[in-house]
Amino acid sequence: MAGGGLVLGVRFAYAGEETSAEAAKAAFKPNAYIRIGTDNQVWISAPNPDLGQGVKTSLPMITAEELCADWNRVVVEQAALDPAAYGWQGAGGSTSTPNNWMRMRRAGAVGRALLVSAAAKRWRVPASDCVAEQGIVKHAASGRSATFGELASDAAHQRMPDPESVPLKERSEFRLLGTRVGGVDNHAIVTGRLQYGIDQVVPGMVYATYVKGPSVAARVKKVDLDAIRRLPGVKDAFVIEGHGGELAAGVAIIASSTHEAFNAADNAAIVWDESDSPKDDWKAFVAQAEALGDKDGRVVGERGEPDDALGSSAHVLNASYSYPFIFHATMEPQNCTAWWHDGIMELWAPSQNPDSGAQEVAKMLGLPQHKVLVHLLRVGGGFGRRLRNDYMVEVAAIARRVNAPVKMTHTRESDLTHDFLRPGGFHHFKGSVNSKGFLEAWTHHFISFGYHGRPVSGGGLGADVFPGPLARNFRLTETLLPLGLRTGPWRAPGASAYAWAIQSFLHELSSAAGTDHVAFLLDILGEPRWLPPRNEDSLNTGRAAGVIKLAAEKAGWGKPLPPGRGMGIAFHFCHRGHAAEVAEVSVDASGMLTVHRVVAACDVGPIVNLSGAENQVQGAIVDGLSAMWLQELTFKDGHIEQSNFNDYGLLRIPQAPKIEVHFIQSDYPPTGLGEPAIPPVAPAVCNAIFAATGKRVRRFPIVSEGIKV
Amino acid sequence: MTPLRFTLNGQVVELNDQDPSTPLLWVLRDRLGKTGTKFGCGIAMCGACTVHLDGVAVRSCSVEVGTIAGRHVRTIEGLAEAEGALHPLQEAWIEHDVAQCGYCQPGQLMQAAALLAKHPNPSDDDIDAAMSGNLCRCGTYVRIRAAIHSAAAKLAAKGGAA
Repeated sequence: MAGGGLVLGVRFAYAGEETSAEAAKAAFKPNAYIRIGTDNQVWISAPNPDLGQGVKTSLPMITAEELCADWNRVVVEQAALDPAAYGWQGAGGSTSTPNNWMRMRRAGAVGRALLVSAAAKRWRVPASDCVAEQGIVKHAASGRSATFGELASDAAHQRMPDPESVPLKERSEFRLLGTRVGGVDNHAIVTGRLQYGIDQVVPGMVYATYVKGPSVAARVKKVDLDAIRRLPGVKDAFVIEGHGGELAAGVAIIASSTHEAFNAADNAAIVWDESDSPKDDWKAFVAQAEALGDKDGRVVGERGEPDDALGSSAHVLNASYSYPFIFHATMEPQNCTAWWHDGIMELWAPSQNPDSGAQEVAKMLGLPQHKVLVHLLRVGGGFGRRLRNDYMVEVAAIARRVNAPVKMTHTRESDLTHDFLRPGGFHHFKGSVNSKGFLEAWTHHFISFGYHGRPVSGGGLGADVFPGPLARNFRLTETLLPLGLRTGPWRAPGASAYAWAIQSFLHELSSAAGTDHVAFLLDILGEPRWLPPRNEDSLNTGRAAGVIKLAAEKAGWGKPLPPGRGMGIAFHFCHRGHAAEVAEVSVDASGMLTVHRVVAACDVGPIVNLSGAENQVQGAIVDGLSAMWLQELTFKDGHIEQSNFNDYGLLRIPQAPKIEVHFIQSDYPPTGLGEPAIPPVAPAVCNAIFAATGKRVRRFPIVSEGIKV
Repeated sequence: MTPLRFTLNGQVVELNDQDPSTPLLWVLRDRLGKTGTKFGCGIAMCGACTVHLDGVAVRSCSVEVGTIAGRHVRTIEGLAEAEGALHPLQEAWIEHDVAQCGYCQPGQLMQAAALLAKHPNPSDDDIDAAMSGNLCRCGTYVRIRAAIHSAAAKLAAKGGAA
């Protein structure tokens, strides 16, 4: 920065913590959010990692808006890991926008106030007569103006306003927010210059891979390390015992290149002790779940008289749905770079949750926290996989024993077979409609997976999920099958799977009753109101109805379709976002499915970056289609049966539908969009398949039901 | 062992003591520092490592470097005609804000550039056929199609292929 500019840092409390003005002032911290150079360059920090959800662009836009900066003069910097300054620097649960909305605004507003105050003082006019606009402070009465750069040095000496009470813009005054802004890394991405974790180069670096066993809890029983060391390019090989947490046991191979490390891993003869390994078997789970179909599980939630209502109905429907385990398949395979030097473990970590990884590394190595230094990177896809930090502890354990920086990369096969999987699930429903053809009773037995009687990560379902809180007669029960495999959050955890079963069975009921499905959903929602806990984080039936109506209207719901085509609609609320989608499909005589288009309507409040927001919804729809259509990961004897993209398919471009995205930009605070648009797509498509063909899809992936790609 | 020679983005590269069976991908990434070409699967199923070999899009993870002596390799770093310039596809990728995580995009761009060199005005079906080997987990396919059409139109207006 050209000398003597404004360096502004405002500390804000963590989300949920009380922020006192005194604490905020006391914790003044340079470089936290904004720097302005005397050359008129503005730097804004992006606090959270960007995995493709666009927050490296959208969060700084929020600060730039309040700062009244000229976006074309803003350079965005990835912040260092410093939770004391930035709060949780993670990416998960679609929280980046809601958690940072006020923080980023206040940071910008404080900066604007300092610049305006500097200008007013220089011109000896009241600050209230000066306005900031596009990087310039103006005094209309005298016609004087000064750029932010010209004011930066003076601004640094103004009295800091209280961030809690600094005036913020009205929504009608926003100029940048809500417009289409391209990603700040786009140029680096399209020229290949962007360095992901896997691209890190540290001088003197060696290359490594880490070979883990074929099952959870496998240990190294026998390995000829000298034979591995004799393989081409191998510098060293050693066993790491593992500690039962994120660090699994394995063999570290250090080489002169990644290829040589991979080659040595392929040729290493390792005998594994699997005596403590779980022997999970997918086919056995399927058989268990089928046998439980008629029974109820532990009651999760109940209302009204579901048994009486079902018993007195002339038309009770039963149906069972199931979906398999799936893999995260981030395009950048798991990797991490670390350097043990000067008593410090320095890591370049492609993580969604780097602070947690830093803590795990410190704990493993017995280091004080400040001796673990983590660089935040742009990440080649997360989807929940990188909320776990196994690659951080693995490379740290390796680097601790190597006298050089180490870049550790997993093969795709290692990545796939050691994923924290999206768990499969089984749903048994009974339901009935009333004399008017609307929902009367609903019982739902969810068979999921558990560790020690608690649902595994991504395997829970609450009674608050639609239509739970709205059905007059309702019961949700749960049975957990004990699981040894490791699971984890997968984009819209739980919802991205169970919403399909729920929204499909709702459509079975409306179809059997001959009720229009939009009317059926709107009847369940009833009058506009917040559902418990009745705050802006909960489902609002008015917002839900709004997106359902908008999606239906934009898709031309109810219009005559060409022969063989069908339309389906589905709605889901999760991660504070209301989303409805309509799919239009056809299935030819051979069973080939074409998704002609998907129309999405979302209400996540005001949109920060319209281009980024539309991209998230488009991507979520393709991602959701990919999971429902193709993806299935099976296991036998505790061993994963797939290995790479040859036997684990993702959706490819020919299957991508045309997508229309519509937003209801309500006045509620803006919330995240990484996840809410995923859950409705699979049920919308399956409901459309039913409308087109009369065939109800009750098992994923739908290729297993004869629906071809 | 005689040195291995080939052309990389217009510059002659000479490698001593290079194991000829090493995949081109890893020579580019670990030996030549061209990390724009990405590792995705290692078995030619994802397209993240796509480069041009004598103008043809290939999966560099599955090309042994010993087979490319005397041939011309182009990577994402050399897609634009001149340093600092952008290929019309790169411009279109920026204009359409295609990328999400961005990891697969160098491979997508190299595949698309090979397509436009052959079919300067591709239909959606041409695009789908040519691009079906390139995975994008973020699901940017809709924007990839739009950006390829946009670049093709720009090239047509300029009166020639890239």
